[in-house]
Amino acid sequence: MNLILVTFIVLLAFTSYYFGRKKALVIQSSQRLTALPKFYGYYLAAWCAAPALIIFILWSVFEPSIVKTFILQDYTDQNLTKNELQLIYTKVKALALGNYSGNITNFLDASADKYIQLKGIANSAKVAIILAILIFSLSYAYRSVQKNDRMREPVEIFLKWVLFVASLGAVLVTIGIIFSLLFEAIRFFQAVKFFDFIFGTHWYPAKTFVRDGQPDPELMKDAFGAVPLFAGTFFIAFIAMCVAIPIGLLSGIYLSEYAGRGVRKYAKPIIEILAGIPTVVYGFFAALTVGPFVKEIGNAMGLEVSAESALAAGAVMGVMIIPFISSLSDDVITAVPQNLRDGSYAMGATKSETVKKVIFPAALPGIVGSILLAVSRAVGETMIVVMASGLAANLTMNPLESTSTITAQIVVILIGDQQFGDPKTQSAFALGISLFIVTLFLNVIALSVVKRYREKYE
Amino acid sequence: MLKDIGKNMNNFKQNLLKKRYNAERRFQWYGKIAIGLALSFLAVFMFQIFSKGYSAFQKTWIVTEVHYDKELLLIDAENPSKDDLENADYYDVAYKAMTSLDPGLPEEEDRQLIQMVSYKYETEVKDLLLKNPDFLGKIVPIKLTASDDVDQVHKGNYPRDIPEKNRRVNDYQLQIYDMLNERGDILSEFNISFFTSPDSREAELAGIASSFMGTVFSILVCLAFSFPVAVLAAIYLEEFAPKNKFTDFIEVNINNLAAVPSIVFGLLGLGVLLAVFNLPRSTPLVGGITLSLMTLPTIIIAARASLKAVPPSIREAALAMGASNMQTTMHHTVPLSMPGTLSGTIIGLAQALGETAPLILIGMVAFVNTIPGTPVDPAASLPVQIYIWSESAERGFVEKVSACIMVLLAFLILMNLAAQIVRHKFEKKWS
Repeated sequence: MNLILVTFIVLLAFTSYYFGRKKALVIQSSQRLTALPKFYGYYLAAWCAAPALIIFILWSVFEPSIVKTFILQDYTDQNLTKNELQLIYTKVKALALGNYSGNITNFLDASADKYIQLKGIANSAKVAIILAILIFSLSYAYRSVQKNDRMREPVEIFLKWVLFVASLGAVLVTIGIIFSLLFEAIRFFQAVKFFDFIFGTHWYPAKTFVRDGQPDPELMKDAFGAVPLFAGTFFIAFIAMCVAIPIGLLSGIYLSEYAGRGVRKYAKPIIEILAGIPTVVYGFFAALTVGPFVKEIGNAMGLEVSAESALAAGAVMGVMIIPFISSLSDDVITAVPQNLRDGSYAMGATKSETVKKVIFPAALPGIVGSILLAVSRAVGETMIVVMASGLAANLTMNPLESTSTITAQIVVILIGDQQFGDPKTQSAFALGISLFIVTLFLNVIALSVVKRYREKYE
Repeated sequence: MLKDIGKNMNNFKQNLLKKRYNAERRFQWYGKIAIGLALSFLAVFMFQIFSKGYSAFQKTWIVTEVHYDKELLLIDAENPSKDDLENADYYDVAYKAMTSLDPGLPEEEDRQLIQMVSYKYETEVKDLLLKNPDFLGKIVPIKLTASDDVDQVHKGNYPRDIPEKNRRVNDYQLQIYDMLNERGDILSEFNISFFTSPDSREAELAGIASSFMGTVFSILVCLAFSFPVAVLAAIYLEEFAPKNKFTDFIEVNINNLAAVPSIVFGLLGLGVLLAVFNLPRSTPLVGGITLSLMTLPTIIIAARASLKAVPPSIREAALAMGASNMQTTMHHTVPLSMPGTLSGTIIGLAQALGETAPLILIGMVAFVNTIPGTPVDPAASLPVQIYIWSESAERGFVEKVSACIMVLLAFLILMNLAAQIVRHKFEKKWS
């Protein structure tokens, strides 16, 4: 139904474009045109499609919730909670669509009938309204075409609005992220105390799984302490940085200061390949090769090493991050003005002394910014940790044991079928919003540091 | 005396200079070592993947003889039609084909022989007859897919010298295998079915067709959603936006969005696309939309950069000829910026192609053993397939994962090459 309606609107818009252009040619025989003939076509097409499509989208967005309130009106006298109402509505919908399995009460049956009826009314109302709007807006537009009004300006203003709305897309995505995370997280914090979440030291959400009824509040209190996850996340990121910073920074310095043109031309893109490899591939590599390798070495030294150690995951993550640091610091160092170098050489300093004592301090803000970006990348990295480090949240600072991270827990909780309304599922959103806040914080600082640095030397 | 001091001074200076030069050389070496390490990581990595994965492109067959006995097939008709062959009972015929390899074996041990071929061997026996109806009543040679344990033994990935009870292939099966191998009845051929068959629980039958199609559909959906919006947004921000607080806010927003971890987009897809809009779970449609939200900022940034690179003289010339702002942009600036925008888009899509975590959250990890035909059929994607296979315990999947990684990397390399070509071939150099 919807598809037919949209196709109809689009086809009509195309027709009105050709119609408008033709009309312009007719007008041309008697009076001077105000714009190129195609603008007459665009004008008609825009008036045809835009209002109808806007109404169509608004209608499609609001219709379900309006129908829902109508259906649930019959249940207001039963003192039901929100979740129960939601459940009833899902049942009614399933029954109306004919894929409900369960016992059918008279009440449900009546509601389903009402649902079908309401849907029917809504559908015909939608078609009628959209047709009316099409007729109205087309006739309005046609009148101004006949009057030979100015045509180019309105079309361009319309186009500008389209561009503006598109640029709101990015803002919309951000709003969507914040709301979807907040919505579930707030419900989570209704069940679990906020301070139990951020200061609790015991993460074991599987404990709260109960088939019927509400989980025990005492259990809830002890199951969602996210400290082990925060610690694990930063611990693994720290290990990754221990690998990535020295290698990345030194290769960045070498590439920008020492390497000849040939080396630079080939080495830089080859190193950047490391950043282009999908993370799931790194995860496989870490789980299958690096993990057992670390374990073997550890065992040979008489240490007890878990097969899924934080060290393996962190080291592989570090390799992944090398190109971020090397490329960014390369750019930053290249941006340092040549006269600083020349001054230092003139004083008799060697190249490495110049790098260490002049260029590095001058480039430091930029380098710090790039490292912060890399940290944010490491914190948000998922697949390596899921595959190579454990899934049990241990609070440990031993790199040879397994730890878990925020991202890994989100995957563990949400893999397979989820039940909305379950505190376990909601906890993933609470973790998601803490992850979002941490990375946002790091990014904002990093971007502003880098920006200020660029301005300084430009 | 004075001479001595001078000499000492000189010595001291020489030593200091030597030290400084040594430090210089050391520092250079640190840089070289760092680059060498980074490059060797890449080399080790590639070597591991290729050495583990190349064997997955070979498929092992066991050759045996099958007797299409009318009686065993339970076919009564004199000239059986296609339907009769379709509905015949192939169990006994297939069973006999395998047990005939070692007629001396007691009946209760037969399973050991049957386990050497894939569990779908009955279908293979059936398909051969359906393809050649005149084989009915004859004894003909047939190729059967070896089970993944035999397959791994044949490829030498499976250690034979460990104790029998730790092995999935027992001594008797090894003996049969050696006998067949000597006779030349174990064949290795290029594994076409790896590319044409969907996922399976059995390593020897599993292929990437379902996940490959899933990837293609998600990328197409991603392109359809992100490219138009991103290009329009970039045009507005670069060419028309007034400089005010709100457009600054949009700009900061886009930069931050580009650095949001991908898993957060997965949560968005789950919380909004699935829970609010009730789109079908586990489908490339939802996966593609989720990925498009992620690639949106990447494409916007690339498109803005390439719009910015179009020299102002172009715009001025168009305006001087009497074109409006919109005409200047749409007829001159945007077409000139397209090569850069397109190559940025391809790179953004290549990033989206490798994403796993958001797709897992929206349910694209479901086991799918059919090849999806539309974007609203459940499917996996190549990276998710890598994840699914690497979680299975069977040894046969290790080489499958590596081979799947090779396919994925090849895909990525092709896309990046395309981006390079678009950029260098079509981009106009100003200055």
